[in-house]
Parts: sequence; C-alpha cells; structure tokens
Amino acid sequence: MNQQTQQIPVVRMEHITKHFPGVLANDDVSLELYPGQVLALLGENGAGKSTLMNMLVGLYRPDSGSIYIRGELADIHSPQDSMALGVGMIHQEFMLVGNMTVAENIVLGMRELPFVPKIDQIRAKITELSKRYGLQVDPDAVIHDLSVGEQQRVEILKLVYRGADILILDEPTAVLTPGESRDLNKIIKKMLSEGKSAIFITHKMDEVIEFSHKVQVLRKGKTVNTCDTAGVTPQDLANMMVGRDILFSLDRCAYNPGGVKLKVDHVTVVNPLGSRPFLDDVSLEIHRGEIIGIAGVAGNGQTQLTEAITGLLHCTSGKIFIDGKDMTNSTPLQVIRAGVSHIPADRGANGVVGDMSVGDNLAMKKYRTSEISRGVVIKRSFLRAFADKLIEAFVIKTPDQDTCVKFLSGGNIQKTILAREIDSCGGVLIAVYPSRGLDVGATEAVRQNLILQRDKGNAVLLVSEELDELQMVADKIAVMFEGRIMGIRDVKETNTEELGMMMAGATGVRRNA
Amino acid sequence: MRIVVEKRDNKSKSAAVLIPLASFAISLILGAMVLLASRSNPLQAYSAMLNGAFGNARRFQYTIVESIPLLMCGLGVGVAFRLKFWNIGAEGQYVWGAIGITWVMQFWKFLPVPMLLPIGLLVGMTLGAVWAGVPGYLKAQWSVDETLTTLMLNYVAIGLAEYLYISAWKAPLGNMGTPEFPREAWLPPVWGKIHSGLYIALAFVVLLWFLLYKTRWGFELNMIGKNPRAARYQGVSIKRNIVLAMLLSGAICGLAGSMNTAAIAHRLTKGVDGGYGFTGIIIAWMAGLNPFASILVAIVMAALTTGADALQIAMKLPESMGEVLQGLVLIPLLAGSIFVEHKLKVIKKEAV
Repeated sequence: MNQQTQQIPVVRMEHITKHFPGVLANDDVSLELYPGQVLALLGENGAGKSTLMNMLVGLYRPDSGSIYIRGELADIHSPQDSMALGVGMIHQEFMLVGNMTVAENIVLGMRELPFVPKIDQIRAKITELSKRYGLQVDPDAVIHDLSVGEQQRVEILKLVYRGADILILDEPTAVLTPGESRDLNKIIKKMLSEGKSAIFITHKMDEVIEFSHKVQVLRKGKTVNTCDTAGVTPQDLANMMVGRDILFSLDRCAYNPGGVKLKVDHVTVVNPLGSRPFLDDVSLEIHRGEIIGIAGVAGNGQTQLTEAITGLLHCTSGKIFIDGKDMTNSTPLQVIRAGVSHIPADRGANGVVGDMSVGDNLAMKKYRTSEISRGVVIKRSFLRAFADKLIEAFVIKTPDQDTCVKFLSGGNIQKTILAREIDSCGGVLIAVYPSRGLDVGATEAVRQNLILQRDKGNAVLLVSEELDELQMVADKIAVMFEGRIMGIRDVKETNTEELGMMMAGATGVRRNA
Repeated sequence: MRIVVEKRDNKSKSAAVLIPLASFAISLILGAMVLLASRSNPLQAYSAMLNGAFGNARRFQYTIVESIPLLMCGLGVGVAFRLKFWNIGAEGQYVWGAIGITWVMQFWKFLPVPMLLPIGLLVGMTLGAVWAGVPGYLKAQWSVDETLTTLMLNYVAIGLAEYLYISAWKAPLGNMGTPEFPREAWLPPVWGKIHSGLYIALAFVVLLWFLLYKTRWGFELNMIGKNPRAARYQGVSIKRNIVLAMLLSGAICGLAGSMNTAAIAHRLTKGVDGGYGFTGIIIAWMAGLNPFASILVAIVMAALTTGADALQIAMKLPESMGEVLQGLVLIPLLAGSIFVEHKLKVIKKEAV
C-alpha cells in the first residue's frame, strides 16, 4: 500500500491545451510530478512554461485537458482552490505589500484568519517554520527594507505557512546571487526530505542540473523531451530547448576606444521609500567605440543608473557629462537631443506604445525632425516611407506598418525599439536587458547590432543579468551591488568566478593588486 | 458549454459601425417596454419625439441650437480624455465662460460696443481655461486626483454664478439675473433660431481634428494617453502636456458657455448650469473622442432633449419619462462599446 502511494504522482496534468488570441501557448502538454522530487521545466521565454503552471494554480483555465492532484481529478478555478489542495506558486514578480511587515504579509488574505488576528501565535509559527527550513527572516521587518533574497524567503514562508506541499517556483534564481541560490537549494532539499515536491521554471541549464531530478523541456508550447537529470549535459539541454546549435561568438573589430563620451561622476540617487539609496556614489566613464557591460543581480541599481543618465530619474548629487557638457538632471528630451538612445528594460511597458502602429512606434524619436515633419505637422507620407525603410533594414516581421505593436512577438517588438533607437542614435546607446526573453535568433540580432554601434565609434552601455552575454559583447564589465559599483574589469582579464563574487558584494578579490 | 469574453485580435471596422446600431435598436426596445408599462403606445411616443425634434423648421432649429453647446463641451472634454485625464469639470468651465462674458458686457464700459462680443468670448474662454488649468497643474505637479478636483470645482463655479446673478451683479429690476447685454453685442443669428455659434463650433471640429490627428502635438497626446511611461521615455513631457491639454479643454468649454450666453439668455441668470458640461462627457465617449463623430452624437443627444419635451406635451407623459428614455439610450450604447474591442467565444466542451 505504501509502495503504491509512492507511485502515484502528486501532480498529473494530461493533454493540456491553452489558446491565447493568436498564440497556442500550450499544445497537448502532459506532466507528472512525484513526491520528494524536483521537476525542472526548461524552455525559452514564450515556450509556455509559466502558462502551464498558471493553469495549475488556477490563474488560467485550460481550453482542454485535465489536472489530477494526488490521483484525484481537480477542478481549480482560483489560487485559493489550488492552495486548498496544497499547491502554491512563487511568481517572478513577488506578491508582497511593501509597507507591511513580514508576518502581516504571510497571513494576508487567509480566509481562516479571525477578525482580530492573534499576532503572537502567527509570529511564533513563523519563527518555528523559519527555523525548521533555515529561512531566516524577522517576522516584524517591513518588506521594502528586505533584500530581494529575503523577500523570496518570505514568499516561500507564505506558502509553507498555508500548508503547501507542492511548490512551484517561477525562475527563482533570476534575482539571486550565486550564494543566495545555493541557500535556496538547501531550503528546497530540506523540504523534499519531508515529502514535499517542487516544480522549477527556468531557462538556465546549470540550474536544471544543480536542482532537479527530472527535466521536461518545452518549445513553442509543446513538450520536446522529458528525462532524468542525471546523465544530461548542458549542451544537450540547450539543443533541446532551442532546436538547433547555438553560436557562441560574434564578429567584431579590434578594441580601439576613442575619447570619453559619457562620464558619470560620483552620482547618488536617494530612494524615497527604502533605507538604501538606489545609486551610491557611482562613477563610470564610457569611451567612443567601447561597450561597457553592467553586471549584477537585477534590482541592484542598474536600471536606476540608466534612468539617471537619460534624465528620467533625479540625481541627488554628483554629475553626468556627455561630450564634456554637464547634463546632470536634464530633461529626457535634452538628453535625447544630446545623442543618447535608450533601449529600456520592460519593453512592453516602457519601450513601445502597444496600441499604436508599428510605423508610429518607429517614428517616436524622429517625428520631431524634418525627416518626418514639416514644422508642427507630421507628414504621413514621410512617416510611412521612414517606417518602411526601418522595417526592411531591421527585418521586423509585421503584416504591415499599420498593425498595432502589441500584436507582434516579443522579438519583433524589441527589433522595433532597436530600429528606432539605433536609427536616432547620436553617439551613446544605452541598452537594458535587451535580449531578455528573446529567442536565439533575435538575441543574436540584438547583440550584433550593439557591436555594430561600437564599431561605428558610438559609446554603448549594456546592462545584462547574463554573464555570458556580457563576456561575449562587452569590452569592460562593471559590477553593481546594492547601488554601488564593486569594480570595473577588462573582459579579457576577468572570469565568471570573480564577477560572481563581486555580484554578491565582495570587493578586493583582485588576484594581483 | 461556457461563454468567455476575449479580446479581438484586431479592431474590426464593421463591428465599430454595427455594434452601436444594434445597441441603439436594443435601447429602443427597452424604451418601448418602459412606455408600455406606463400605458403608452411606444410607436406613437417615438414618432412624437421624432416630430418634436425635427418635425418642422423651428423644431429642427431648436435641436441644432441645443446641440451647439453640447458639441463644444464634448470637444472640450475629449481633448483631456485623450490623455486619460478625466476632466469632469466641463460644467464649471462652461459656467466660467458665462461669467466671463457677463463681466465684460456689464463692466467693461470703456470698450466700444462692437468689441464687447469678441472680447467677451475671449475672456470667457480664458476663464474656462484657467478653471481647468488649476486641476491640470495640481495633477501634473503633485498627482492630485483630477476626478475629485474637476468635479468639486464645478460646484464652486456654479455657486459663484448664483451669487453673482442673485446678488452682486443683479439687474435693478426683477429678482434675479444680470442686466441684459446690449442688443448689438448678441451673437448674431444665421437661420431662424440658429446662431453663428454653429460656425464657431464647426470651426473647432476641423481645428481639433487637425491638431489631434495631424500635428506633432496630437501625436504626443496620443502617446501619453496610450502609454504615458513610454511617452516619457521618448522625451515627451507629461506634465507640460497635461497642463496644455487642460487649458485647451477648459478654453473650449468656457467658449461654449460664453457663446451660449451671448446667443440665448443674453445675461447671466438661473439655468446657466444646464448640464451641457456633463452631457459633453457622454458625447465625447460615444464619439470615440473623434471630433467629426461628435457632431452626429451631439445632434442625437440634443434631439433626445427636444424630443422629450414634445413627449410631455403630445403624450401627456411626465417630464422625467424623457430622462428615462435618454438613459435607456445610453446604457446599451456604452455597454455595447466593449464588444468593439472584445468578442464572445463559445467553448463547446467543458475543460476540467
């Protein structure tokens, strides 16, 4: 009998299909998870991993197919339903209320909570759970004073507090330092030993090998392969995930930097909500014909650095110079006129106007110039010709230029932004996570374009969370941690270990001073 | 079987025309049910309304006159709505326009009489713009919620107007209302009851269409309305444009007030807060913020008002029945607008 229960999967999803307008997100996907196991769900962004898991926790409903929890057919309509079955998910974006305490966040929204909660009991239970799993957090700390790693622990505590024994983690290490990732691994191992199980969404090969027992690879909404982790190599996984061999090198001219183009001089930006400043005395120089990469775990001030340069964020102190001219706290328009192009993080929210056409989006910098306008009037014929030219030059796949940008794929939205920013670039190109979530082809196009700008003598600032990308594209890498630059290294004179240490906040790890 | 609402892949042109027509048909049926419940013949009632609104030249003129301030207010709030700035203060801005022109007519004696009308219109426009600019500035500078400020400022403007026509600026004779404007300073008629405000309103339709669809500024407003963050990243100043759009919005509503005062009442008196500013909100919405479509919608709304008056006389129905029928037209139209961007999808087999 005991033997028997071991054989029943705790989660079984059968022939799940889910459509979104214009996209088949999941196509006949089946999945099994056994108790005490970690299943890695591997795939590129857009492969359908998160969609599949969102159906398991009731955020979406499958068009067809069935879900069994511990062998029983489950009808999951909401996250509350899935929680009642012991299934809990930690999303990429944490669902925490910033100005409430850890304890308040953990019990927030629980139905069985009495009208006046007994906070001492709650606190005691949290302390007990955090000891048991090694999840150190202070129940009375306020969320926005916590680091990203600590916030993630709160999310895990939230689930175990509510009795979840099937945990779904959506790219949990994307926001963690290598050290924090190892801690997470220990926590999960401890939970598995108690018979809990976990599904792990990721697109990083090493994590699959480090964390999981089984791996299921998705591509374009379909299962490509399911196998035991023992015995697969990262190369196998990469090939399964992408469906073809990946190129690992790019053509480029020799490194031959010119004069200083952009100079960031002791810039500090205060965070009005938190105790730690966004930027803490940051200094940086970018020369013409050079790519500076910014490495670091997301949320350590990289985006704020680019926003301070582009005039979107107010510098509390320090100076920013472009071509030697003081541009500190200029308006975004003045910075654009000084020749700075910006490919922002979160392209859908910041980079394009989804409800406007591809053509209009391409023209959003140049509409001010005689290339598109005559005086204050926008010449439609000029705009159309201009947009057609860019669509062709950057191989943007769109039915026509009148299609709303939001109907394009992520890669083509990014190409639209890339085309606009590169076309209008006047010397400085700032790119923030430009290849995030793109398929291999689009990623290559983005990287090649950045290098092309460098070869043309422009100064390029590339923010990325992937060290491989930085090592492949950048000439120098600056590492940011908690709003500070931990060090700047020549790509050829550093290695992943050193950069990883700096990302975790270690300084002075130079081998030869 | 399950029915779900799903976003359309692309906006359908035919749906944009057919859905409002279908909604209008539904509202006629709903109205008929209400009329039947109050023991009236719906066909008779509808033909009485139609007749009341367009039945002869005088009635037609009256409907057009009614539609002019509606159109202007619809155009005005539409400018702000493009930015998703919810200016529901058109009523107050309209009232300020009326106050402005009255002030000029009554107290700017140093002006030659032929100058009173143009200067009066300009002052009314300016006051409307200022009244709208204040919430615009508050929003741009300190993110003060505009729905509250614009709404509350309506009552300040209406209260002030009451104080003026009941007490401070009251004409020596009569118990309320300011002295009548000099006859030479009235807005001249063009055809029967229809006054030359019609030309001004139509000029604004063309002007706004050009401004919003053809110029760089219109392009910027479109960007801000659809994604303010992306607009900011492209170097568009959101604060500046909110204030500018509100100034224009208020100016148009203010001009509506001064025009209507100079054309109809010829003085500031009771009834200055006729609700044009509020109906303007509905007009802007139903016209999809399109200036040309606003003309048609304004005429329909005006016809509902003038037609309802006829309903009262011809059918002996209470005045409020007209308002009920107006409301019944709006609900299906506004509810139906969701299907222009969404569609219903029927899923045959229940998925578990």
